[in-house]
Amino acid sequence: VIAEQFPVLIVVTPLTFAFLVNIAGLWNRKLCFPLVLTALAACLFFAGGILDTVITQGTPIHYYLGGWKPPWGIAYFIDHLSAYMAMIVAAVALLVAIYSKRSIEREIPEHKIPQLYTLFLLNVTGFLGITVTGDLFNLYVLLEVASFSAYALIAIGEEGALIASFRYVVMGTIGACLYLLGVGIVYSMTGSLNMVDVSGILPHLYHSKTIALAFTFFLIGIAIKMALYPLHAWLPDAYTRAPSAISALMAPTMTKVGCYVLIRIMFFVFEPRFSIAYIPVTTILGWLAVIALIVGSIYAIAQDDLKRMLAYSTVAQIGYIVLGIALANRTGLIGSLLHILAEAFTKGCLFLIAGAIMYKLGTRTIGRFRNLFWKMPFTMIAFTIAAFSMVGIPPTCGFFSKLYLLLGAVEANAWVFVAALLVSVFLNIVYFFNVIKRAFFEPSEPAYAHDGGVRKGSAIDEAPLSMLIPIWIMAIAIVLLGIFSGKIITAVLEYAVPMGL
Amino acid sequence: MLESIISNYNYWIFIVLLVVGLYSMMTKNNLMKKLIGMNIFQWAIILFFISVGAKRGATVPVIAGAHGHDPHTLVTRAAEYVNPLPHALMLTAIVVGIATTGIALALLVAIYKRYNTIEEDEVIEVLKK
Repeated sequence: VIAEQFPVLIVVTPLTFAFLVNIAGLWNRKLCFPLVLTALAACLFFAGGILDTVITQGTPIHYYLGGWKPPWGIAYFIDHLSAYMAMIVAAVALLVAIYSKRSIEREIPEHKIPQLYTLFLLNVTGFLGITVTGDLFNLYVLLEVASFSAYALIAIGEEGALIASFRYVVMGTIGACLYLLGVGIVYSMTGSLNMVDVSGILPHLYHSKTIALAFTFFLIGIAIKMALYPLHAWLPDAYTRAPSAISALMAPTMTKVGCYVLIRIMFFVFEPRFSIAYIPVTTILGWLAVIALIVGSIYAIAQDDLKRMLAYSTVAQIGYIVLGIALANRTGLIGSLLHILAEAFTKGCLFLIAGAIMYKLGTRTIGRFRNLFWKMPFTMIAFTIAAFSMVGIPPTCGFFSKLYLLLGAVEANAWVFVAALLVSVFLNIVYFFNVIKRAFFEPSEPAYAHDGGVRKGSAIDEAPLSMLIPIWIMAIAIVLLGIFSGKIITAVLEYAVPMGL
Repeated sequence: MLESIISNYNYWIFIVLLVVGLYSMMTKNNLMKKLIGMNIFQWAIILFFISVGAKRGATVPVIAGAHGHDPHTLVTRAAEYVNPLPHALMLTAIVVGIATTGIALALLVAIYKRYNTIEEDEVIEVLKK
């Protein structure tokens, strides 16, 4: 019986705990962390339950808040895609929370910790809410819940975080407002906000220019939120300046949830035939994705700050996901969805590692990573695994997602996209192996180099266990998800791809 | 042409406000002016929703007794009601807008305290050092 309530519990639990954490923090700051862990573990449990229900019953879950039937009430609509995204968000959030304890203690003044955890949970609430909701306006509100907490979380970071956060506020608000404008136009044309309802009414209006306008506003709004190439300007600064744990929370979730919303709007609220045939949106998205792939990677090569490099790499990875969406065939979209999973764990792992290096070395400048392999072997082995996934070396998850994207591009006869994908792989090799080369092959500081090649003074000095364990869970997950990617596709993704593709 | 412009004046006001907001967000160097532009942008969209939901000479959507207390006027006459949903949605959107403004103002105060200026180029100048 309680399992029926999971769709609402997954949103209400972190929301309630966010306030509990804040109140408990007034009394005793040590209570915050266990409360956060409890809430996120519960979320993961609920997400697992939902995914299980969706897979076993095979049809989407409809949950009506307060028993109000659509189009009056707010409905939650959970199909394979939603459940899959909710699972990713919940898993990443829990791992980052475990990791965050030591990292935040080091980077943040102690009196700010309860507020930080409150915002952390609110951020997760927003993401989980976006994945389960079936109401266009509700999605807007939850998008803003997630964004507000993100603005504040970024502002807590290091020097320069304030201005980065302010820019993000301005850009993010434009994005959210354009989305809202899209909702307004769709509502004035259809009289409904429920996604299922709207998608039933819209086909009669596909020739209307007003609907095309609404679709355009939706797309631009979401593109800002997911940092698609020419609209990515807020991302690099925000992810670089935020506290390490917060970058690791946001990089895997924020932009990926944006991609989820894009798929939801393009292929569920509007039918694929509209998005493909009536306006040439897939062509535009495809070319933007290609530019994002190449330019993002080139920018990443040019960076000397590890977190900044990863941030630009995120811009490039959004290119992969959007490319899969733009191909608009089954294989491409499966590649896209698999890449959301691969990228969430890989980028999460890499940002966690950046935080761990920051914790031990006090710097993120790649030029100072000499000899890091001998100093922090476990961290750096995990880094290598994640880098392999980024580049696309089997059996990591990143290989299979890129393979499906490539097959999708071949299937669509889009040879330029095939070429772009292959070129970007080489660019990925350049910037990741630059880091590995520095850390592995370059000798330690000159003082040690004179000691006859013996790496003295480079005794193992690892990050604390509470940081290493989440890093390694993610690293192992990258490999396991790669090995079992076939199972994931047959069990979930085959059904997550929309009808008519 | 002119008639269609005048009869849809609400949309034109909304478009002008939207562009004014966007313009000041893109071009102003002063962060406070950027914030004001952002507010104009948000408020333009709220005006759009409200004008879409407005209806001349219509009444509140409360069924019983809305048209007097005679039994035969108690029936639903949906055509005479104003749809309250766009306005209800905008209450939420206004709250969201206030939260955005609040966050942005808090950030501005913090920026001013640290850099002693809210001109964007001056802040960036300090950051580059």
